[in-house]
Amino acid sequence: MAIGWYLTVSALIFCIGAAGVLTRRNPLVILLCLELMLNAANLSLIAFSRMWGREDGQVFALIVMVVAACEVTVGLGLIVAIYRRQLPIDVDELNELQG
Amino acid sequence: MSQVLFFIAAIGAIGGAFGVVILRNPFYSVLALVVHLISLAALFLLLRAEFVAAAQVIVYAGAVMVLYVFVVAYVGSGEELAGGSALRILGPIFALALAIELCIAILGSALKGISGKGAPYLLGFGTPAHIGRLFLTRYLFPFEVASLLLMVAAIGAVVLARRRRGLEGPDEQFEERISAPRPAYTGTLAEAAGTRAAESAAPEPDAEPVTTGAPNPDQGGW
Repeated sequence: MAIGWYLTVSALIFCIGAAGVLTRRNPLVILLCLELMLNAANLSLIAFSRMWGREDGQVFALIVMVVAACEVTVGLGLIVAIYRRQLPIDVDELNELQG
Repeated sequence: MSQVLFFIAAIGAIGGAFGVVILRNPFYSVLALVVHLISLAALFLLLRAEFVAAAQVIVYAGAVMVLYVFVVAYVGSGEELAGGSALRILGPIFALALAIELCIAILGSALKGISGKGAPYLLGFGTPAHIGRLFLTRYLFPFEVASLLLMVAAIGAVVLARRRRGLEGPDEQFEERISAPRPAYTGTLAEAAGTRAAESAAPEPDAEPVTTGAPNPDQGGW
């Protein structure tokens, strides 16, 4: 398969993730959609690595996975803290910091 | 054969992504993301990235998703109500515009590298040996920074999710149970630490095992 096909799939996944971040209200699902966007970036990084025949893109993809894991840990910790304070788990209700 | 596999994996990845966004129950969203991640690992294998595909399945679909499932089970998967905000309608339109723009940019560029099949395959491309050599030579600094980042994230998660004293109101039952008078040598931590030594050395006239304070509501309150 040509590299362009992989890039198209990656673009579609990224847009689906962006639509999810804009539409959903549960912070858990917003985190999942962020994962989708990061994975789309990973797919295009690996496609470019295949295109050039060098492994640097795969190294970048692994670093992106590390960053995604960190983001998940901190995000889920925040959600658990929100739940402990008995606040509503809804990004529209949590607007105390809104200017 | 590789084309068939590509289309199966691509349909799985895009369908899983749609499932994450569309399904109302967060638990099903997590399961759809697992499908998406495994299909994506198949795409990585087609791109000859063996080590990244294995890491994707083990780390992402195995470990991170278990974390998600635990948190969804802890918090409870409440069905969210359909909102009427303007962003709910405009969001998919923005995303569709972005998708069309990206597809035009990718498919209309007519670059040789994109329309080709990639560089010729060399033996050992994408194996753990090559990736590990890159990590320990050229990308040593990002590797160390990544490990530091993981440690900071772990500590941050513990600090965020731990049970704080002081933010919530004081737990009166718990305080009462700790400070209730108690006969000597019944094995409290305060005795072991020696903070109640003076108290326990004094002879107690009524060494009854029942606390003399308010009746414990757990025991029926007789």
